[in-house]
Amino acid sequence: MAKSKPRVKVPKKAGKGEVITIKTLISHKMESGLRKDKKGELIPRQIINRFTAKFNGATVFEAEIQPAISANPYLQFNMRAEDSGEFEFIWVDDDGSTYTKKQALSVS
Amino acid sequence: MKDMTRRDALSLAAGMAVVAAFPMPTMAAADNAMAEIEQFTGGAEAAQSGRVTLEMPEIAENGNTVPLKVSVDSPMTSDDHVKRVIIVSMGNPRPGVATFRFSPMNGVAEASTRMRLAKTQDVVAVAELSDGSFHMTKTTVKVTIGGCGG
Amino acid sequence: MRVSRFGVAMAGALAGGMFIGGHALALPEGIETVKVAPPSKDHPLPEIVSGWNFRAPETQALQSDDFENPGFIWVEQGAELWDAVDGSEGKACASCHGDAAESMASVGAEMPKWSEAKGKPINLEQQINACRTERMGAKAWKWESGELLGMTTFVRNQSRGTPVNVQTDGPMKPWFEKGQNLYYARVGQLDLACANCHQDYYGKRIRADLLSQGQSNGFPTYRLKWQKIGSLHRRFKGCMKQVRAKPYKVGSDEFLALELYVNWRGEGLPVEAPAVRQ
Repeated sequence: MAKSKPRVKVPKKAGKGEVITIKTLISHKMESGLRKDKKGELIPRQIINRFTAKFNGATVFEAEIQPAISANPYLQFNMRAEDSGEFEFIWVDDDGSTYTKKQALSVS
Repeated sequence: MKDMTRRDALSLAAGMAVVAAFPMPTMAAADNAMAEIEQFTGGAEAAQSGRVTLEMPEIAENGNTVPLKVSVDSPMTSDDHVKRVIIVSMGNPRPGVATFRFSPMNGVAEASTRMRLAKTQDVVAVAELSDGSFHMTKTTVKVTIGGCGG
Repeated sequence: MRVSRFGVAMAGALAGGMFIGGHALALPEGIETVKVAPPSKDHPLPEIVSGWNFRAPETQALQSDDFENPGFIWVEQGAELWDAVDGSEGKACASCHGDAAESMASVGAEMPKWSEAKGKPINLEQQINACRTERMGAKAWKWESGELLGMTTFVRNQSRGTPVNVQTDGPMKPWFEKGQNLYYARVGQLDLACANCHQDYYGKRIRADLLSQGQSNGFPTYRLKWQKIGSLHRRFKGCMKQVRAKPYKVGSDEFLALELYVNWRGEGLPVEAPAVRQ
């Protein structure tokens, strides 16, 4: 798969003070840099090395990722819903490209 | 021993077939892992206080995708919360797995992911709390090799 | 045979979503049963059991929620390709077939199917490429390419929950028999037939691995070993390599016949694609 595609699963609504679960997954081969090709040469490392979750601009959760994380990296974490707003999820690739996804949350 | 290359490690591993009780490569991996943890804690001691929980399967059907869930017993308030958690492999070619940065906004200090395990080994989780203390736990995962799934 | 029966009994207990060791085991999302009775008395298996039953709870859990199932990356890619115009005729799959949820609702459960035009059976991958080259004026996708896997997984997923039901009589009969012969033929340096593992010893360990019935209802399947989705023919190749035989080619007549026969062995099991296995 040429281009990475992020997926997120976040509730669209939450009660004030409720702790919600955020699930994220991005398609990526997570090439470890430790494998060799058929000629015996090392395949260069290319991984998603960082994931950041922001809510209304503030960083909620961040993960620095190493090649030991499985292909199509999955991350799950939580947030206590206090105000309505917008999530922004950012994945950073070794090649410098970033993938982002946004989703609104309504708190009542 | 710290400068041992992968090739040296492999030839040592081959030698182990003869000298079976010579666990040098494992020790090298463990040394690297300890160095990784020390860098995280800045040399401070991490207590096995029972506050950190690391959930992983006892036996992984395939080492390529092993589910992992780490949680830390913390109220997650601005005064008292988990700042960071590092996951370290004791038996992979490289010790680093992931570092999670939490904030009081999380409500609970909990994160899940899936990791690669090159072989049966211990996985360690160390948490840094807002009061500057470090807490750790470890768990052993057996990785099945052989058969058709390996 | 006593050992195999024990395996079935264990699998049977799991199938009902029962409590084992204090954990409630959920079924795969979109699936109501992972074990069915054989459709006839002369069926080679006493019970037809999905490969899901033979996996560890952690592997099963990856299929209990479509979001956590990494196979859905390919389903989503296939959904996009379904609507994407390609080739000289300016058509997309949707141009002829409309909404896949309706037009493809049971297609995935009935392949391979007899093709009058080709004078032989055709499986899902081959049908997709036939549409591309003959109707869309587009290039055939390579077997195991992201595109063909995406489209195959997407189309098969439309039949999720539909029981496998393949035609084996009429013109399909010689192909069914060819597949059956391949299933029971010992091959490779280890001198093993499919049946030696998947009929005689399912539910038993082969070294560290728990042998399944080798059912095909979950394909294309996300395998932890592959770290991606793969076709049934790729899995056949893997099995042949493991018994140290020279594998047939993906898309070959041999694998096409074997696919038909293996699908028949799993008749009545709901399609699970994309399943998650070890």
